Amino acid sequence: MLKTIGVDSQEDLFASLPAGVRRAPELPEGLSEQELVEYFTTIARENRDLTQLDGFLGAGAYRRFIPAAVTQVISRPEFFTAYTPYQAEASQGWLQSIFEFQSMIAELTAMDVANASMYEAATATAEAAVMAVVHTERHRIVVAGTIHPEYLAVLRTYGAGRDFEVVELVADSGRIDPERAAAALDGAAALIIQQPNFYGALEDAAALCQAAHTAGALAVAACDPIALALIEAPGEFGADIAVGECQQLGIPLWYGGPYCGYLAASTELLRKIPGRLVGETVDERGQRGFVLTLQAREQHIRRESATSNICTNQALIALGATAYMGVMGAAGLARVAEISVQRAHHLAGELAGVRGYSIGFDAPFLWEFVLRCPGPASETLAKLRDRDILGGLDLAASGLPDCVLVAVTEMNSPRSLAKYVEALS
Amino acid sequence: MTTDQTVGQSVDQPAEAPVDGQPAVAAPSDGANIDAAPMADSVAAGDVPVAVQHPSGSGPERLINELRHHPHGGPQLPPVGVPEQDLDSLIPANRRRRSKLGLPTTSEPEILRHFGRLARRTFSLQEGLYPLGSCTMKYNPAINEALVRLDGFAQIHPYQPEDTVQGALRLLYELEEWLKEITGMDRISLQPAAGAHGEWTGLRIIQAYHRDQGEGAQRDTVLVPDSAHGTNPASATLAGLKSVTVKSTAQGLVDLDDYRSKLGPHVAAIMLTNPNTLGLFERDIAEIASLAHAAGALLYYDGANLNAMVGVARPADMGFDVVHLNLHKTFSTPHGGGGPGAGPCGVRDRLAAYLPVPTVEKREDAAASRYFLDWDRPQSIGKVRSFVGNFAVLVKAYAYMRAYGGDGLRQVAMDAVLNANYLKALLGRTFDIASSEPSMHEFVLTTKKAKDLGVRNIDLAKRLLDFGFYAPTVSFPLTVPEALMVEPTETESRETLDSFVAAVEQIWEEVQTNPDVVRHAPHETPVGRLDEVRAARHPKLTWRS
Repeated sequence: MLKTIGVDSQEDLFASLPAGVRRAPELPEGLSEQELVEYFTTIARENRDLTQLDGFLGAGAYRRFIPAAVTQVISRPEFFTAYTPYQAEASQGWLQSIFEFQSMIAELTAMDVANASMYEAATATAEAAVMAVVHTERHRIVVAGTIHPEYLAVLRTYGAGRDFEVVELVADSGRIDPERAAAALDGAAALIIQQPNFYGALEDAAALCQAAHTAGALAVAACDPIALALIEAPGEFGADIAVGECQQLGIPLWYGGPYCGYLAASTELLRKIPGRLVGETVDERGQRGFVLTLQAREQHIRRESATSNICTNQALIALGATAYMGVMGAAGLARVAEISVQRAHHLAGELAGVRGYSIGFDAPFLWEFVLRCPGPASETLAKLRDRDILGGLDLAASGLPDCVLVAVTEMNSPRSLAKYVEALS
Repeated sequence: MTTDQTVGQSVDQPAEAPVDGQPAVAAPSDGANIDAAPMADSVAAGDVPVAVQHPSGSGPERLINELRHHPHGGPQLPPVGVPEQDLDSLIPANRRRRSKLGLPTTSEPEILRHFGRLARRTFSLQEGLYPLGSCTMKYNPAINEALVRLDGFAQIHPYQPEDTVQGALRLLYELEEWLKEITGMDRISLQPAAGAHGEWTGLRIIQAYHRDQGEGAQRDTVLVPDSAHGTNPASATLAGLKSVTVKSTAQGLVDLDDYRSKLGPHVAAIMLTNPNTLGLFERDIAEIASLAHAAGALLYYDGANLNAMVGVARPADMGFDVVHLNLHKTFSTPHGGGGPGAGPCGVRDRLAAYLPVPTVEKREDAAASRYFLDWDRPQSIGKVRSFVGNFAVLVKAYAYMRAYGGDGLRQVAMDAVLNANYLKALLGRTFDIASSEPSMHEFVLTTKKAKDLGVRNIDLAKRLLDFGFYAPTVSFPLTVPEALMVEPTETESRETLDSFVAAVEQIWEEVQTNPDVVRHAPHETPVGRLDEVRAARHPKLTWRS
């Protein structure tokens, strides 16, 4: 090979580097595959995972049952070792699965169109805000104080760069009062809400969207996709943009990622959507096929005028979500949601009967609720921890030091619910 | 649900129609009955012919909503197991979903065959060479996929108490240490989800730094070479910065005169890829850096092309102040059909205070090391993503680094550059190379002489698909006419490279003797050349539309 190239050594190929920049790293030697397994297994064991602990943590990441078929699909190397399907004819499988993802998200949200995926829900929310700023040419985003604090934090980081102000609406007992929202929306580009919200409560989404529209603002809603099997979809309550997290749809918790955001919108906003879109077309023989489309929105074509800088997205995670929705179907999704609702309400009812404990907010909820404790939440959580229960999220950082955010899914067995109640009784 | 008859492929019965009384959990024979579609059976079955599946994975595949509908399909789920309440009493009627949820219910064997057929219609690295320039499509070690499935990594919640996730935090801490050594940076945030996200994070940090120097408003411009990735100017816009393009020389390097003329007190940063997108090492990098610093600007390293440098040279030693890395490129985490990736952002000391929160820190107690997340960083630009980042991607990248070790990583760069130069020497006999400068891990061909015969670079790319290769990056960088950007990576054998060269030579022969076969390529793929104009003019983005 060196002879073909016309050099004497591999070193010679680096002759264009100035001497001053050459430096070999001081790092340990490589490990054999066996040593690698041993090393990483040791590290993994330094974690106490949710097969060892009873977990009631949610707050944007949920432990749900993952059918083996989902894992099998996303473990196929044909899928995970490919890249963005630039050469459509050789990437029909990928393109079609993305088209199916877009279609399924559009079905769930009852919106017109959805994109190929975002990094996760927080950045999807921020990108929706950017869309609203561009669309309305206004520079103020009003945000429900009941959205996930990390979505709000990421939104602020985006806003500081993209020149929009973020105004937070204060919650009234765990929800946003539509009248209070209306008063703050004058001149706003968008109102952003979450449904169910960070505290698990159902907002009056239709009235909030109405308030946004009255002020000439767009309505953006971050929605749990599984919840949409039961509750009013953003397309039904009047949202212009729907965003959310797909981790619940068959993706492991993985300590926070990779997950997959979704972004769906009305047709009117189509050309302001960030990221990849797959569209249907035909080939030279008239056969149906799929391609990346409307690329004139994207960074590789439009550069500084693109709708977003996103290039790499979360395609493989979106494939997992597609496979999950395919395996579950509408009925399966509704069933998962119902089991979670029933178990959560049972636990909430039992806990409300324990001396000193009550449900934090008088609002309808699905499977996540606020538990008000007789003292600091940390004391309750410590008591539960003694029984190997992770009882939920301490809401001290949200200004509720005596509250715990409790999430219940189909993975929390009736026995674990009883154990939770017993530990506090 | 639609049954699209326009595609030359008939579909199964309308999904709403009740099908036979087969059990919900379909027996394998049920799927076979539908999918293998023996022709005699299906044509005899009724007015609607059942789709004929092409044996070799060619031809279109039905959409998931066109698969046979199983009204009682879907998985078995556990009983509720607690006293049930009336759902209507728990969720107010006006909050319930009104429209029917149009997610098809089918059987597990059918779903798996569907994705099996889609997999066969997808060219992947597992199948052959994927010389997509600037994307570093290297082998994805099998072991890394197994490691992230360990319960200790897969089954941990991002809000677990720190004492229950010491392994995860230790791993992140160690990964940062390795990346610091490889880049020469002083601190690295692992939070950004992808390269472009890392770019934007880095620019936000640079803005915060200038703000604290009292120059925030004044430094509103980023200099970006004309050969740069599109993400660079797009990230600048998202950060609220203007982009000004710096010209390249005829050889594809930064034009120093043009660069000098565009520097000034308004410049926040210069974004460079080194080697650049033509695969050339910017040999004037020391001067570029000192000019930037003398003008009060910072130097940003787009790490997309680190594969040529890993273990050989460090961005910090070249004078860069901020870097992002694409772990899905240099450190082999699978590209997953477009993601997930990870785009850690590293900085020199004077910028460390601005990194996103939280950082991962270590405290040495008498007994042991204790890892924790530090949220108390008042100068931080804030959060750029929820939680700590694409953790499982980070695990894979760290496993890759530990498998190779320091010397192995250096060999990665050496071999990547060797493979690229070998391929360049051979392909250079057929097509012109865009620059006569020495190439690193990739190079750019210009196929103008094919264009003179009426065959475009995209045609050549499509024809390569017929030979069992993925195509190089087409028409990028924008500075090179009829560009094909080729990056073989270090994991390809000489035999594979030779067969790629033979394919290119044969295609060039075809251009001269039978150009139509190239112009109408591909011919061997599941579908022929697709009509992109139609897709954009009449957007059909969901099965309902």
